[in-house]
Amino acid sequence: MIFTTFKRITRTGFISFWRNGFLSFAAVVVITLSLCVFGALIFGSAFGRTLLAEVKSKVDINVYFTLDAQPSDILALQKNVNALPEVSSTTYVSSDQALADFNSRWQDNALIMQGLSEIGSNPFPAALNIRANNPSQYASIVNFLESKNPLNTDGTPIIEKINYQENKLVIDRLSKIIPTIEKTGTILALIFALVAIVVVFNTIRLIIYTARDEISVMKLVGASNTYVRGPFVISGIMYGIVSGIITLVIMSACAYWGDMAVLKLAGVDVAENFHLIVNVLSSYFMANFGQIFLLIMGAGVILGGLSSYVAARRYLKV
Amino acid sequence: MIYYDKVTKVYPDSSVALNSVSFGVEPKEFVTIVGHSGAGKTTLMKLLIAEDRPTEGKVFFESLNVHKLNKKQMSKLRRRIGTVFQDYRLIPNKTIYENIAFAMEAAGRSDSQVASDVPHVLELVNLSHKIWNFPKELSGGERQRVAIARAIVNQPDIIIADEPTGNLDPTNTFEIIRILQKINELGTTVILTTHNKGVVDAVGGRVITMEKGQVIRDDKTGKYIL
Repeated sequence: MIFTTFKRITRTGFISFWRNGFLSFAAVVVITLSLCVFGALIFGSAFGRTLLAEVKSKVDINVYFTLDAQPSDILALQKNVNALPEVSSTTYVSSDQALADFNSRWQDNALIMQGLSEIGSNPFPAALNIRANNPSQYASIVNFLESKNPLNTDGTPIIEKINYQENKLVIDRLSKIIPTIEKTGTILALIFALVAIVVVFNTIRLIIYTARDEISVMKLVGASNTYVRGPFVISGIMYGIVSGIITLVIMSACAYWGDMAVLKLAGVDVAENFHLIVNVLSSYFMANFGQIFLLIMGAGVILGGLSSYVAARRYLKV
Repeated sequence: MIYYDKVTKVYPDSSVALNSVSFGVEPKEFVTIVGHSGAGKTTLMKLLIAEDRPTEGKVFFESLNVHKLNKKQMSKLRRRIGTVFQDYRLIPNKTIYENIAFAMEAAGRSDSQVASDVPHVLELVNLSHKIWNFPKELSGGERQRVAIARAIVNQPDIIIADEPTGNLDPTNTFEIIRILQKINELGTTVILTTHNKGVVDAVGGRVITMEKGQVIRDDKTGKYIL
């Protein structure tokens, strides 16, 4: 009996989805638009996160050592710094490495190469590049370095210079701006999501309002609430599924075209050379397709189904 | 079988639709309720199928107080009452077959029962050829016959027909009355409301006359007197 009821409800839901073509179309359009808002939020946050991570990772400090600093001392210091919880990574660039980097970068520039050869010896100091988990943590890392500063054999400190002071302004600003952006983004996302939900609910309520007489007749003929409401919920779920599929198609198109637009804007060379935001959206979309699929389809099905369930309730009181 | 016990209905705009109405209906009776528009006929019908609640008094179906039933019992009761409305109230986006099948499915009939009974009942009201049409493709008389088919398909104990001929021409009117009489002869109680003198005279049988929310006459074999 339960199976028969379920079968009949599902069939009726399908049929009325098909027969009420225009209403179904309207519902699908509205739900699709709402799901696109969700999609835009997903993409926006992915893009924003990548951008912020990019900016954060661009912020670092370099510790320059004296020319006569011993690599063993520097490596020992690196080990100490790595042990700090605030530090995400450190890179040691020996003076030989710095010279090699410089050479490979400017090898086509005869003037510069000539200048370098005139100096004779390697003018580049060894350096330690330090990245913190969070821009606000650089101050304490610098403090640590300054207090720890080991001495050379001749009694002078091995750290020549830390370029923290030069970067301090940028670092301070970023550590203030980033949380604000994250907070604002979340609030905006919540508001948009709420608006989308309200719009969908009202649309479905109007659709069911047009069927209120039908609902009362069904009740007067002796149908149970489940039996009357079921087909509306099935139709609602179908609105959600169809809208979800359309939204996913739109999202994949947007990911593709969005990336192309960014590439065009920045120029392919620039973007690639600077490891900028190349294919952020499409790679994010593909990497997280499972999650996005579940999220969009789930949101569609719940929006459609639940709205129908709630909206039909008030007309069942016959 | 049905008993109205001092039923009063006052609508929110404080108009009195029924004023302490009491009467009973026996099984297999054909009762015609007559009266001008606004006399309270439709309200009586609505109270019986619990589409509306009385302000005072009780309505009994057999021993059940109609307005004390829970949702489940209510649905069951409504399946025992076939209702025919003046405005047909067919479901517009279902075919004639589906409209009738819906009533059977709602009552929990099996698929095979539905498949065999729906064509049969449409044959009774002489509409077999319209089985796959939608209500909007039918004339008024045909729609009302579909409504009657839907009302009788679950073999109810009673048919209530509220002004079923109100929107129909004389030919269709008498066709509908003939069908209702046939149903009554087969043993189903029928309550019919009308303000059409011709209908009352054609039916014969018991006539309850209402005016301003009260029963003013109750004749065993009445004529239309107003």
